[in-house]
Amino acid sequence: MMTKELTAVEELVWERLSMIPDPEIPVITIVELGVVRDVQWDGETLKIFITPTYTGCPAMQLFVAEIQAAMHDQGFDKLEVIHVYSPSWTTDWLSVEAKEKLRKYGIAPPVLKTSEMNPFEEVGNIPCPRCGSENTNLKSQFGATACKSLHTCNDCHEPFEYFKHF
Amino acid sequence: MNNQAALFQYLLQLGDTNLIIGHRLSEMCSRGPMLEEDIALTNFALDHIGQAEVLLHFAGNVENNGRSEDDLSYRRDAEDFMNLKLVEQPNTDFAFVIGRQFLLDVYQCLLYQKLSKSTNDELAGMAARFLKESIYHQRHSAAWIERLGQGTNESLGRMQHALNQLWPYTAEMFVDNPAWANLIESGVVPSATELKKEWYERVSKVLTLSGLNMPKASAEDDSLNQSIYLEQLLAEMQYLPRTYPDAKW
Ligand SMILES: [Zn+2]
Repeated sequence: MMTKELTAVEELVWERLSMIPDPEIPVITIVELGVVRDVQWDGETLKIFITPTYTGCPAMQLFVAEIQAAMHDQGFDKLEVIHVYSPSWTTDWLSVEAKEKLRKYGIAPPVLKTSEMNPFEEVGNIPCPRCGSENTNLKSQFGATACKSLHTCNDCHEPFEYFKHF
Repeated sequence: MNNQAALFQYLLQLGDTNLIIGHRLSEMCSRGPMLEEDIALTNFALDHIGQAEVLLHFAGNVENNGRSEDDLSYRRDAEDFMNLKLVEQPNTDFAFVIGRQFLLDVYQCLLYQKLSKSTNDELAGMAARFLKESIYHQRHSAAWIERLGQGTNESLGRMQHALNQLWPYTAEMFVDNPAWANLIESGVVPSATELKKEWYERVSKVLTLSGLNMPKASAEDDSLNQSIYLEQLLAEMQYLPRTYPDAKW
C-alpha cells in the first residue's frame, strides 16, 4: 500500500491514522484493517483514500467521521476523504499480527484466502478461537455486523463469532 | 447509442435491480420467521442497497449530467427503471422471499464473477466486492431451499409453488440488450446469454438435492408485461424525497 518515500508530515498522518480503532472491533485499527489505502497532498489539501469493507457497511460513515476528527485535531483542516473501489478490499490484507489480535479478542480470524473462494462450494468448520477445536457448528452466516458469522464450539461449548473471509 | 450512453444504461439496470430487491428485503425487517433470519434478510437488504448506491453513483458520473445516486433512485418514474421484473414481485410468504433471492443470488454470483474481469477497472473492482457478498447470499438462500424442500409437506409445497410462480421472470436474466453489443465486444460487460448454462446447472443441482422439481419454461416467459408492482413500490420508496424535496437527515 505504501511504496513511496514518506515525508515527515505524511508519516505523522499515517501514525495518527494508525491510532483509530475499528469502531466495531476496537482491538484492530483502520490501518490494520486495510481501509486506508493512501495519503496524498494536493496543494494544501490533504487527501486520504479509503476503500469500503462491505458495500453497505454502516461503519464506513463512522470511519470517515473518525478520520476527519483525528486530522482536524492535528490541524489539517483542508481535508478530502475519497472512496476508491479498485482494488476491492479483502481480508487477505489482514496481517498475521492483526489476525492474532482478533483471535485473542475472541473472534475467529479469516481462514481462507479469498482467491480460493468458490461461489458454490461449502466452507469447512471454523476453528474455535478459545480452544482451537475444529468440532464447531455454523449457527448463522449473518451476525451482529455484516463482517461476522455466528458459530458454536462443541468442545468448550462456547458460542463465538467468525470474521468472515471476504 | 454511443458507448457512454450504453454504459449508463447498463449500470442503471444493475443498480435498479439491486435497489428494488433491497427495498423488497427491507420490507421483511421485523417480519423474519426468527431473529437470526430477520438479521440475515436485513443484512442482504443493506448489501443490495449498498451495491445500488455504488452503481448508481457511477452511473451518474458516466451520464455526466449532474444526477446523483439519490436523484436516480428517487426522481425517476417507473417506466425509466430497468430492474429485472423478478425483484419487483411482492413478498407473499417466506418460501417466496427465499426462492426469489436464490434465483437472483445464483445469477449475481455468475454475473459478478464475469464482470470482475471487465476491461473497465472501476467496474471490475466493484464487481469483485459484490461477488463476495453474493457468494454469502447464495450460500444462505441455497441452504434454506434445501431446508424447506426437505422439511414438511407444507414447506415443500410452498417452496415448489413459489418457484413455479417465479420461474417465468428468470428468462429476462439471459437476454442481451442490443444496445450493449459494443460493451460486450470490448469486454466491458459479459454477454448475459453466456450465464444461462451455469445458472441452470447450479439451480437444478440445489433443487434436485432438495426434492424440488425444476419448473417448466413457457414460450411467453420472454414477453411478460411490466408488472404493476413497481409503481406501488416506488410510491412508497419515493414518497418522502418527493413530498419534501429539501428534507435532510
Ligand atoms: Zn472451543
